Amino acid sequence: MNKVLTIIIGALIMLAMATLVLVALPYRQLKDELPPEQLKPYTIAQLRGRDTYVSMGCVYCHSQQPRAATLGPDGLRGWGRAPVSADYVYDYPHLLGVSRTGPDLFNIGARQPSVDWHLTHLYQPRSVTPGSVMPAYPFLFKVVGHPAPGEKVVTLPPPYAPPGGQVVATQEALDLVAYLTSLNHTYPVPTDESGATQ
Amino acid sequence: MTYTISVLLALSFLISVLGLFMFIWALTHGLMRAGPDAAQVIFEKGEVGVVEEPAISSRQRVALQKIESNSIDTYFSADSQGIAAASPELEAREAQDRSSRAAAFAFLTSSILWLVLGSVAGLIASQKLTSPDFLTQTAWLTFGRVRTAHLNMVIYGWASMAGLGIALWMLPRLLKTDLVGERFAVAGAGLWNAGVAAGVVAIVSGWTDGLQWLEIPWQIGILLALGGALCAVPLFLTLMQRKVDHLYVSVWYISAALVWFPILYVVAKVPYVHFGVEQAIVNWWYAHNVLGLWLTPLGLGAAYYFIAKVLGRPIYSYNLSLIGFWALAMFYSQAGIHHLIGGPVPNWLVSVSVVQSVMMIVPVLAVGVNQHMTVAGRFATLRYSPTLRFVVLGAVLYTLVSLQGALEALPFFNRLVHFTQYKVAHAHLGLYGFFSMIMFGSIYFVMPRVLEREWPYPKLITWHFWLVVIGFAIYFVFLTIGGVLQGVAMLDAARPFMDSVQVLMPYLWARTLGGLLMTAGHFLFAYHFFAMVLDRGPARSGRAFIGGAPSVGA
Repeated sequence: MNKVLTIIIGALIMLAMATLVLVALPYRQLKDELPPEQLKPYTIAQLRGRDTYVSMGCVYCHSQQPRAATLGPDGLRGWGRAPVSADYVYDYPHLLGVSRTGPDLFNIGARQPSVDWHLTHLYQPRSVTPGSVMPAYPFLFKVVGHPAPGEKVVTLPPPYAPPGGQVVATQEALDLVAYLTSLNHTYPVPTDESGATQ
Repeated sequence: MTYTISVLLALSFLISVLGLFMFIWALTHGLMRAGPDAAQVIFEKGEVGVVEEPAISSRQRVALQKIESNSIDTYFSADSQGIAAASPELEAREAQDRSSRAAAFAFLTSSILWLVLGSVAGLIASQKLTSPDFLTQTAWLTFGRVRTAHLNMVIYGWASMAGLGIALWMLPRLLKTDLVGERFAVAGAGLWNAGVAAGVVAIVSGWTDGLQWLEIPWQIGILLALGGALCAVPLFLTLMQRKVDHLYVSVWYISAALVWFPILYVVAKVPYVHFGVEQAIVNWWYAHNVLGLWLTPLGLGAAYYFIAKVLGRPIYSYNLSLIGFWALAMFYSQAGIHHLIGGPVPNWLVSVSVVQSVMMIVPVLAVGVNQHMTVAGRFATLRYSPTLRFVVLGAVLYTLVSLQGALEALPFFNRLVHFTQYKVAHAHLGLYGFFSMIMFGSIYFVMPRVLEREWPYPKLITWHFWLVVIGFAIYFVFLTIGGVLQGVAMLDAARPFMDSVQVLMPYLWARTLGGLLMTAGHFLFAYHFFAMVLDRGPARSGRAFIGGAPSVGA
């Protein structure tokens, strides 16, 4: 083979084919999809919380895509039904995730709706989930002597409470929890086998 | 619906196989104008059968040559007289090597700095998984950011820059002309470094685009796209000046990679176009192709050159390398969606990717057989040539990682290992076992020619090799076992999820240990590299050798 053009054009054709099949066709198929009726757009606070979820890299340990019963016991663990593409209409960037060092979070808001639990868990995961390897996020909280009125105090079991003050949540922590508790895709969706809504 | 899917599946399989047979037919009927002389284009007349290994001293080179000469085929023996030191061919090669010095030096030096930084970040991230309260006081050291900084530094800093540096250095030799437009490549190195550095700072400070492998914000990513495109300029300028009839197999891989990368990156990064699940599809199309269509061709291009050149022996089959190249381009480019098996993506899309992942066995075996048969009967040379030791190991692991990848794409196995650390081990087998090993070997060959100076401490090369090989073996074996156990625990509904976390613990500790050894190896490598650059260390026989005879001044 001695023609540079053969290589370059051949290489471009191959990539064009792949882009057509893997990018253009799915784009066409999915672009006009409507959100399911019960799926609400994120509020401003939830969107800010989602940004924190993205910037802290939660996606590297938590997926947001429960698998169907044929592929694992996700449903039995209470992680929810297999999702459809319409469930993700409001997601930018997408947070499907391909790792489960921690559990799937697609329905964490339904499974664990308590704001207090989430705040305690974020401040020190091992205080509520022994054995957890999730990092603690103390920098999302402040330790104050006397919480001001309106400040959200985090309840902590004694061994984890810092000496000389109380832990209060920053706005960033509250937003993050607002996002986490909003993750609830337990509404029913009509599906066909291709995973797209009808 | 099931009917449609199976028809689609059968159809895409049929088209793939048909395409392959048409291609082989074209090949056997001479339409590609390939032949054994194309495989010899990297040798001068009389050079076949003569070893080249600038990474070792002249005494060891004699030993290396002896092994090669003893195992040489009768077909070549009449021709292997070597060439005289002052021949015009070798002078031309000296000039070619000099023409790419600045570009190769800029890229390789940067790559080694990124390798060291990236390894340290990886080590911290690994430690955090076993000690989750380690370094949690500030946001920029949280696991999700350090891990991501590690990935971006080793992919875009180390692997990409090493691959580009080696590719730019090989081009003038492969095309037998001086590198044209070297300053574009040097400018590319500057932009690329700026892009990676700014990108990593952005990630640890919390500014990210949030897609795996594409975290560097697109505003900064423009630097990477431009830097990559600038490196393609000397490729095309030099191609136009080429003084060879045949384009060696490495040239195809390098040309294709340099055309592919900017397109892949721009399509995946273009902001506010992709959405929801479609974005996840594009995300994994890209993440898979950055390995398959960017790093793999750069790595294989280097392996095809250095294995043949060190041994002084043309690759086993030129036709096999053609099949390997085109099948890689065709199948690898469509395999990415196997990362989303079981996810909310259209079924037909997953089917296509699973079929293509399995078809990847074709190019992998083509490359594997080809490279193995080139080395076969000469494995004793690995004792003397550090370049071969690293590159041949990398080539073997390429075969392994690709077969493993095909297996992982099969739904029955994917069910077990998806979402587990098994995937992390697999990714490292590809990027470290295959790609980085080949880059290490290539750098040992190239740097003495770039600096025209020998490696000051040959023992350190041996230390580097064993540290990273043992470290990586620990890393891979333990994480693979741990990943399977994690998968077994996750699939068992009777066991709480926490079981899958706890069962991993000893294996995560082992990963940190393996990573520690690998990082130690990288520090030694970097020390040796800079000792050579700064001309420290014991006085040696002088300028590194070229071809079969010492170059001027030895």
